[in-house]
Amino acid sequence: MRSDTSERFSLAGGGYVMCPAIQASACVRRPPPFERSRRAHRFPSAHAQWRLSGPVRAGGRDMAVAAAGGGSGGWFPALAFGVSLLKCLLIPTYHSTDFEVHRNWLAITHNLPVSQWYYEATSEWTLDYPPFFAWFECALSHVAKYFDPEMLVIQNLYYASYATVLFQRLSVILTDTLFIYAVRECCRCVNGKRIGKDLLEKPMFVLAVLLLWNFGLLIVDHIHFQYNGFLFGLMLLSVARLFQERHLEGAALFAVLLHFKHIYIYVAPAYGVYLLRSYCFTGNKADGSLKWSSFSFLRITLLGLIVCLVSALSLGPFIVLGQLPQLISRLFPFKRGLCHAYWAPNFWALYNAVDKALAVIGLKYKFLDPEKMQKAAMTGGLVQEFQHTVLPSVTPFATLICTVVSILPSVFCLWFKPQGPRGFLQCLILCALSSFMFGWHVHEKAILLAILPLSLLSVQRAKYASLYLILTTTGHFSLFPLLFTAPELPIKILLMLLFTVYSFSSLRTLFRKNGPLLNWLEILYLTALVPLEIFCEIVFPLSPWKLKLPFIPLLLSSVYCALGITYAWLKLYVSVLTESATVRQKAE
Amino acid sequence: MLPSLTCPSPTATEPRSGGPRLLHENALRDDLNKRRQTPANYTPDAARRLLPPYRTAQPGARLRARAPPPARKWLERGSGGSRCALAPQGAGKPPMYGDYEAQRHWQEVTYNIPIKQWYFNTSDNNLQYWGLDYPPLTAYHSLLCAYVANLINPDWIALHTSRGYESQPHKLFMRATVFIADLLVYIPAVIMYCCYLKETSTKKKVSTALCVLLYPGLILIDHGHFQYNSVSLGFALWGVLFLSNNWDLLGSVAFCLAINYKQMELYHSLPFFCYLLGKCFKRGLTGKGLVLLIKIAVTVVAAFAMCWLPFCTEAEQILQVLRRLFPIDRGLFEDKVANVWCSLSVLIKIKNILSPQTQLKLSFAFTFLSLLPACIKLTLQPSLRGFKFALVSCALSFFLFSFQVHEKSVLLVSLPVCLIINEIPFMATWFLLVSTFSMLPLLLKDGLLLAYTGTTLAFLTVCTASFSIFEKTSAEDLQLKSFSLSIWGYIPWLKPFPKFVKNLFLISITLMGVLSLMSAMLNPPQRLPDLFPISVSVVSCLHFLFFLMYFNIVVLWDSRNSRNQKKTN
Repeated sequence: MRSDTSERFSLAGGGYVMCPAIQASACVRRPPPFERSRRAHRFPSAHAQWRLSGPVRAGGRDMAVAAAGGGSGGWFPALAFGVSLLKCLLIPTYHSTDFEVHRNWLAITHNLPVSQWYYEATSEWTLDYPPFFAWFECALSHVAKYFDPEMLVIQNLYYASYATVLFQRLSVILTDTLFIYAVRECCRCVNGKRIGKDLLEKPMFVLAVLLLWNFGLLIVDHIHFQYNGFLFGLMLLSVARLFQERHLEGAALFAVLLHFKHIYIYVAPAYGVYLLRSYCFTGNKADGSLKWSSFSFLRITLLGLIVCLVSALSLGPFIVLGQLPQLISRLFPFKRGLCHAYWAPNFWALYNAVDKALAVIGLKYKFLDPEKMQKAAMTGGLVQEFQHTVLPSVTPFATLICTVVSILPSVFCLWFKPQGPRGFLQCLILCALSSFMFGWHVHEKAILLAILPLSLLSVQRAKYASLYLILTTTGHFSLFPLLFTAPELPIKILLMLLFTVYSFSSLRTLFRKNGPLLNWLEILYLTALVPLEIFCEIVFPLSPWKLKLPFIPLLLSSVYCALGITYAWLKLYVSVLTESATVRQKAE
Repeated sequence: MLPSLTCPSPTATEPRSGGPRLLHENALRDDLNKRRQTPANYTPDAARRLLPPYRTAQPGARLRARAPPPARKWLERGSGGSRCALAPQGAGKPPMYGDYEAQRHWQEVTYNIPIKQWYFNTSDNNLQYWGLDYPPLTAYHSLLCAYVANLINPDWIALHTSRGYESQPHKLFMRATVFIADLLVYIPAVIMYCCYLKETSTKKKVSTALCVLLYPGLILIDHGHFQYNSVSLGFALWGVLFLSNNWDLLGSVAFCLAINYKQMELYHSLPFFCYLLGKCFKRGLTGKGLVLLIKIAVTVVAAFAMCWLPFCTEAEQILQVLRRLFPIDRGLFEDKVANVWCSLSVLIKIKNILSPQTQLKLSFAFTFLSLLPACIKLTLQPSLRGFKFALVSCALSFFLFSFQVHEKSVLLVSLPVCLIINEIPFMATWFLLVSTFSMLPLLLKDGLLLAYTGTTLAFLTVCTASFSIFEKTSAEDLQLKSFSLSIWGYIPWLKPFPKFVKNLFLISITLMGVLSLMSAMLNPPQRLPDLFPISVSVVSCLHFLFFLMYFNIVVLWDSRNSRNQKKTN
């Protein structure tokens, strides 16, 4: 008996919040949708048994395992609390100009009337997020004045007293609570078919660690400084709601998210098509194709109403003030270049690299006229405008076309071969990745938009796990240049190692039966990242090239990572497209 | 491991070995106060140039103007570390800097000065300014680091001119040396120790390793305050590991290395000695036992000889090193350490009443008496379990009663407590929390408030989650079964024991939390400037006395287990 209780408490952890009965009944209400149909057929009475055997039953061990399997047990608070403490330890570290950006927004929204928000331009970092985020900053500023009123003065550019740092950092850490809640909801969506195994080998636990301790999110939010945590929280929560078949809630959450940060518009096609196809159409024909007669006007009206309401709430005041054009010009600045200062590892990085290579080769073998190329001196991306020398220059419109074309197949796939929420998630990831690959002025941080949702799939199937490993390792590696200061070097390397080692080992144990997750080429590619990092961070600064070609490390790492991310994108696309074919064959 | 790197910059306010500072405290305070009134020409450099080194041994922290209003104070405290990096002339730093400077200075000395002069006062080696006062292995380690430093930037260790050198790359280098030492010695030892734990599941092993590695005290002192404790502790841990695998010779070599890295490891020496001696006795002192004893003795002598080889040429060398290692003239205790003498001095000023010689004898007598029972027990019935508990109780006796104890010496007690965390998780966690708390005044001076809070809470969370400590408060879980059976006849009201202990723990945690908050946020009353440090040390001392009693009881009433072991053997 003693061992039983100890087992139970060690699983439930110190908090011991989750009562087994509640967990069990939660399972009954919302069976995990990933494999809902199969479970419903096989274990019709299992859930009922759980409900009957309440917490009073003495068989503590089984109950505890069921509780931990049915929902997130006491380990979850411990995990979340632990990562929050880690975030607290990161408070004194380096912060980028984004820190000043947000301080400036705090000042703007605190001091000026709403009508001035999108016109104020004392600082170069003008407000360029949608209105909800401005309101969010406005709310924060009312707390900020108790920490240090000086940070709320618009003219105090680059003001960073310790109280300011503490306040801003703590605001990120505290708003991350939403992210933690969303992760918890996502964990509930993952089915617990591996019940009875060790806690460390449960997909749920692995997923919670992969999301909560995500390296990219940690360094972007808590060192580099941004508020991605709660925004991704909103996104994951809306995904979880769609998995739980609470479509309206999911749609509302996503609409709100769009008005917090408009970068999420990249994944909007997935939401639109999925809601239209799987929510507005209530039924399918026998062969799985669309049944036009099942279209529900009520549902589409509800959806439209929600989206319009949220948009009205956000944009309404500015439409009334007649500021919509100004707002839009702030939100979508096309004056910036094709690539960010540091090339995000996408298609355009490869394009630029090929262009450079051709230019160098051309000059060497006298194919090109050196005089024409004066302007296109190799600035290594230090200047935002990038002139192509050999290949044609890329316009914003061209990138838009490329993005749309690359997104289309996945959207078609979602429409014609609906596979429930999992299909939606695949499409969402493909949208995010495609826009990352071809978008205009993409930040390297945007890779998180694909990595985080892919975590959900990675604990489900081996092929996604292998994709996830490639994508996260290269994606996270490409975030390294964000932190270029010496004291952060060991932190970023160790955190990255910690996360990578954990993700590899946990996913391997999870899919032990499926054989090796990666083939030799992929392993070779990933291990080559180590010498690359050593070269970029240690060898290169000591070498004589440092002064002559200072951009080489950035160029190398971005091009090398671009290869991996392109590969992962292609592989995911191929797997999604072919999988649907096999599913149809099976259906036939 | 990770928090260590995120801790703010190295401390600079607290000289580790106060040396002559007590003598000149007042004179210096006046001197600096005068300078303070004419701030125009007061610069740290000027202060250093004007004041001869022996007069500058005052920790500037006390001089720091306590001007900021209480509301801002905790912010200031938290920022201390990060500010050090920005403003190298921070108020507390100029004259003597801190342990960070001490370590850097040793690199400078060992690299530039011939080995014969390391421990002697010469024109190039001013012993008043952070003279070497650790055994040879520390010096060799400094030398090794100095070679690497010289490769990167010779300015870091230039003789004389590099005093007080501080820069971002240098800080990174120094932190890296601690981290690498940690990675090479301490962390493998912990992992190996947890792998070799008997009769435990993998999960238990992993959580034990996690808890030991996350112990906040060591992380904060080594990677926040800046010292190399993990090396000596790591060697001692290797010693325990070897002994528990019956490789007695290797174990004694490892422990000799530990002693030769830091003389404070002598706190652990008696249990090692008694355990090995007891083992020899058990084998029979005429046959196998004698052979083993001789083998061990030869190994120890050889290991010591190896470490001291460069100093073995003359007797004067050895004597000088020993004089540096054991300075008797420093007084009974330093600063606000959580031992008996410091706590008693709240009531009786022992330092003023008794002569130093009497103090020495008194502390020796008390230490000896308090560790006698555990040592005798261990010699008579040597068992691995008894060995670990004896390590705890002996180190604790030393810490509480011996002469010239630093607040950081509590780490020497914490290490063996970490080793038994899987056997008595509740008490071990409690002790480790108290030990971290006892160093609070030091940590606050270093601006480590944020790191202290974060790591302590993390440690508590991990222990609670992995050992579910609150469920293990019964007499049996606390290894008190036999004791309680023998005592319940006399004190029947102690029956609801688990609940009682749990409440005690909660009260103690609350008290520690409140005191931490108060010392971080409030200014002490004008008349009692040391109110908070003193109360922290008195509270911790009371805890430690309680723990000393507890561990001694566990050691002495351990008969059942040792008999069981004999049967299984």
